[in-house]
Amino acid sequence: MAKTRKKEKITGAKALLYSLLEEEVETIFGYPGGAIMPIYNELYDIEDEKLNHILTRHEQGAAHAAQAYAMVTGKTGVCFATSGPGATNLITGIANAFLDSVPVVFITAQVTSTLIGSDAFQETDILGISMPVTKWNYQIKQAEKIPEIISKAFYIASSGRPGPVLIDITKDAQLQTLAFNYQKCTSLRSYNPNIPLNPADIESAAILINHARKPLILAGHGILISKAGKELMAFVEKTGIPVASTLLGLSAFPVKHPLYAGLLGMHGNYGPNVKTNEADLLIAIGMRFDDRVTGDLKRYAINANIIHIEIDRSELNKNVEVDIEIHGDAKEVLKALIDQVKANSYPEWLSEFKLCNKTETDKVIKRECYPSRGEIRMGEIVSLISEKTQGEAIIITDVGQHQMATARYYKFKNPNSLITSGGLGTMGFGLPAAVGAKVGKPNVPVIAFIGDGGFQMTIQELGTILQYQLPVKIIILNNSFLGMVRQWQDMFFDKRYASTELVNPDFVKIAEGFDISARRVKERKTLEISIDEMLSCKKPCLLEIMVEKEGNILPMIEPGSSVSEITLCLSVNKDL
Amino acid sequence: MKKEFTISLFTEHHIGILNQVTIIFTRRQLNIESIAASGSAVKGIHKLTIVVNTTEDLIEKVQRQLEKLIDVLKVFVHTNDEIIYQEIALYKVQTTELMKSDIIEFIVRSSNARFLEITPEYVVIEKTGHKQDTTDLLNKLDPYGVLQFVRSGRIAITKQTKELMAYLKEMDEANNIKQDKDFVAEIKSDL
Repeated sequence: MAKTRKKEKITGAKALLYSLLEEEVETIFGYPGGAIMPIYNELYDIEDEKLNHILTRHEQGAAHAAQAYAMVTGKTGVCFATSGPGATNLITGIANAFLDSVPVVFITAQVTSTLIGSDAFQETDILGISMPVTKWNYQIKQAEKIPEIISKAFYIASSGRPGPVLIDITKDAQLQTLAFNYQKCTSLRSYNPNIPLNPADIESAAILINHARKPLILAGHGILISKAGKELMAFVEKTGIPVASTLLGLSAFPVKHPLYAGLLGMHGNYGPNVKTNEADLLIAIGMRFDDRVTGDLKRYAINANIIHIEIDRSELNKNVEVDIEIHGDAKEVLKALIDQVKANSYPEWLSEFKLCNKTETDKVIKRECYPSRGEIRMGEIVSLISEKTQGEAIIITDVGQHQMATARYYKFKNPNSLITSGGLGTMGFGLPAAVGAKVGKPNVPVIAFIGDGGFQMTIQELGTILQYQLPVKIIILNNSFLGMVRQWQDMFFDKRYASTELVNPDFVKIAEGFDISARRVKERKTLEISIDEMLSCKKPCLLEIMVEKEGNILPMIEPGSSVSEITLCLSVNKDL
Repeated sequence: MKKEFTISLFTEHHIGILNQVTIIFTRRQLNIESIAASGSAVKGIHKLTIVVNTTEDLIEKVQRQLEKLIDVLKVFVHTNDEIIYQEIALYKVQTTELMKSDIIEFIVRSSNARFLEITPEYVVIEKTGHKQDTTDLLNKLDPYGVLQFVRSGRIAITKQTKELMAYLKEMDEANNIKQDKDFVAEIKSDL
């Protein structure tokens, strides 16, 4: 195929599609429009050549879907949009992928090159707009540049700390012809993502690890990105060090493993947060000490040496001053470390975690996951589904209370099985992400937990689910509130519920309009049977579950508090 | 404690690179005291010289963020004792003032400045030096009516002995080592 491509002169638009095929792209998420029509015109002929295009209902949906696709498949996502509003509609999706380090190549069309800068119809300075939220961007004005720049785009997006790249292609460049010749980009003068390890760093880290009495691993998204799950497991089983996870690090380490200590951060588990300030060594792997993880920085990790393993040098010493910076890929660093660390176990230290877990179970988890009366709670739904799917499903969330409940109570087993918006906290992420995840992993059950607020932000993507008959399972946890904002109003603004109560439409009727089988659950006694029904359904389906209206997600590290001041119940009780 | 830092930034010569660089300063709430853009001794590589007042801690974070930009090759941060630096200033004064007495001529001579152009209406004076030198001259000329004044951004040459070329060579080698590794891996997978 590659040989015949070299001979003929083809349009820039076709060259773009051939370039994508060279990069082994199978699926594009996108939305057409004026300036990008030459590309879609070529796509019309090429779709049978294994290039699958998913037409979403909004460019933001395409962007989120492409990101979720990338996260579940480990490939680079691809997303198309036209110039002007098409391109600006991508921005939230691009920013989301940027903050969560997901490789997506965004292709936007641009007005004809001679019109650029003249405020032409549907012209916008997308390079300028996307610059702060892309890893790299570039505008192509000549067709012959297309293969070179596309190969660069894929190389940059997927290597090092991955991220979104935006390539803007003018309409005339799409229409000009060129002799196609594709060479994969394997290096760039100004960018080298392959960092040689410093043996001295590894050695001193091993010494710290071998001498620690209360060590704790903080596992981040970087472990999933560098596919270092096995290495982490080997390292943990040899050293016996407990593992706490960041939100995006979830699913990198099996939740049911005896050395799993729980979720870090604002709504994380009691043990790992409190013990962060008692540990004498933190080994942070592929994470970036986000403020939602650290709480008050001045009172963070007060007793600990910190080893920070991170591929992005600008993250080292950015938020937290560390003792040993290891600049490198998580997998390679762990491989190098394993040989130098001693086999060990910390029975006393682990029993402290168990004690914390018991406290949290008594004060929060029992009430949240196994209530016998009162309204349905988010935790009981998530833990029921976790049991029934045995932690094997791909779980999608939107953003808010239900997201925290899912992160806390689903017992993840397989890598990359949680797709959630972490850094940007994008409401409206869930439904389009479910589309992308299902397209990427058609044979794995995809379950999306979404709040009633976030669902209505990208509700139009039900149309995409209808068109491609994507058997996603949508669970709306409906409390008729913007729950997390309401929780903060409850806790910090005197219960003044300004603009957080929602008057909702009939979600079941809406789903039916999209040919999605739907059911509403109001009472606990029909919950389990409805979930069973949904899980066995082979078609797209939606379950709306009415949950406690004013339920709060606990525990919580209040803003400005230290990790050790995590509260288990709302009444002021910080001495627990 | 804040002090003055001079950043020498070597980049690929692409459209928009200045924008990418200034975004980092904006996000870190740093005022750029002066900026100069030019070619460098290496063909095709562009150089930006940026002066900021900030702390050592923050400048290191900014340096790492700048180096993270794909099209940035290398970033050096220097304190004033580590560089030789200059600025250039131009002053426009009415010729009638010059003709009234020899005071302006005296100021120009004693300041090591020079006349760049003299017309019947105005004269243009040029002075190179550090900011303090060019400011001093401005103050001296001020009573005689300065019609225009402009000062360039700082340009700087570093005292370090390792030059950009050496760094570029290292970067190329690092990339080549990686390519060799890839090649070996490819051959292995083919077997």
